[in-house]
Amino acid sequence: MAEGTIDRSVYEELKLTAGADFVRELVDTFLSEAPRMLAELRRALDANDADRFRRAAHSLKSNSNTFGASSLAAMARKLELGGFGAARDNGGEPLSALAGEYARVAQALTELKRA
Amino acid sequence: MRDANHGGARLLIVEDNKVNRLLLTRNLELMGHKVSTGENGRVALQMLRREAFDLMLLDIEMPEMDGFEVLSELSKDLHLRDVPVIVTSSLEGIENVVRCIELGAEDYLTKPVNPVLLKARIGASLEKKRLRDQQKELVRRFATAEVAEDLQQTGFSLGGKRVRGSVLFADIREFTPLAESQPPEETIELLNTYYTLMFNAISGHGGIVSQIAGDGLMAVFGAPLPLADHCDAAVRAALEMVELIDLFNVEQASADKAKIRIGIGIASGEMVAGYTGTNDRATYTCIGDTVNVASRLEGHTKVAERTILIDGETRALLRGDVAVESLGPVTIRGKTQPVEVFAVKSGA
Repeated sequence: MAEGTIDRSVYEELKLTAGADFVRELVDTFLSEAPRMLAELRRALDANDADRFRRAAHSLKSNSNTFGASSLAAMARKLELGGFGAARDNGGEPLSALAGEYARVAQALTELKRA
Repeated sequence: MRDANHGGARLLIVEDNKVNRLLLTRNLELMGHKVSTGENGRVALQMLRREAFDLMLLDIEMPEMDGFEVLSELSKDLHLRDVPVIVTSSLEGIENVVRCIELGAEDYLTKPVNPVLLKARIGASLEKKRLRDQQKELVRRFATAEVAEDLQQTGFSLGGKRVRGSVLFADIREFTPLAESQPPEETIELLNTYYTLMFNAISGHGGIVSQIAGDGLMAVFGAPLPLADHCDAAVRAALEMVELIDLFNVEQASADKAKIRIGIGIASGEMVAGYTGTNDRATYTCIGDTVNVASRLEGHTKVAERTILIDGETRALLRGDVAVESLGPVTIRGKTQPVEVFAVKSGA
């Protein structure tokens, strides 16, 4: 697992308070919801809709924090707080970086879930 | 009521994000609460209007209707504005927190919510709600429905406003010898029946009983809510009171118990209505010359040997079909000018 993708203390705390079985289900829900949020960010950018962009980034940030995906959360946060212009001016490059980090998070969570 | 503080409260989670919704639900169910969920503000309002909840956890950023809109809808709704709301949001910026609190939210928790903090905040909110419910119940028991409603709508503040209305005083004639002639239990029972009958007659005509003391009571027509025909309402209430006492006396006689007679005085005009007392203990009442005159007229029924006496202003505003008899000007205590007094003829 890539170092720093998931903050293990956050993840363990979540398991402790909500239960391991429940957290497995919650990870599955996140893994099916998150790609939609990434797609929504791309669509919002294409539609030049800053508010829609901000909302999608906000959701991704919130869920990333829940699982301790700190880097992903930080990137989503940057997009939420005024990142629309930068994403637009750089031909969506920040979204590609975000998708890359999400792939690492998905991989790490899938491993943790099986552990 | 169930013990909502130790689990078992009915909670509503309003959250559009599925992961957040599942996690909050899980946390609250582990605390023993009964949880319902809605995925946006519009759905939440529908649910709140359909069933009762002890507390709502509200997200801000939501499609269709966001949390700010829900909070402002709630504050406008008399039946929903007391539902405690804890905002759970990952929106940043102190201005969002301030806006939520100003719109009436009890608390603001940042997501992801720490379960221990969540439990503490929910416990505190439910306890506050329990105290408020208890207070409302007390107000309902010790004030009339109208005063309770007025308190709910405009809140409590000492001080009065000028209103036009009618004041009615009533008491039981020769109550002291009556009370001395029978066991106290019987007197209490008699008073309870008497008050039940009088309250019914008064509230049935739109009046409120603002004070009771011993065997006497004071009722107001036209406050806290304005009443168009307050003179008529007061006089008709008085006639019904006399009628009910007559019926009561028939029952008393057949049970070989004491009969009672009452005297009623009514005056109309301007008065100051509001809450008097201290911030800790207050009562809704009316004061002013009109109140004094009504009280004196009630006392004067003994002298005049009539059951119902009204002042000139009440008489002037009365509709045609009530029979009155002029007793001429009468000098009463506390008034420099004599007061025109009329006796209302009751059906008996």
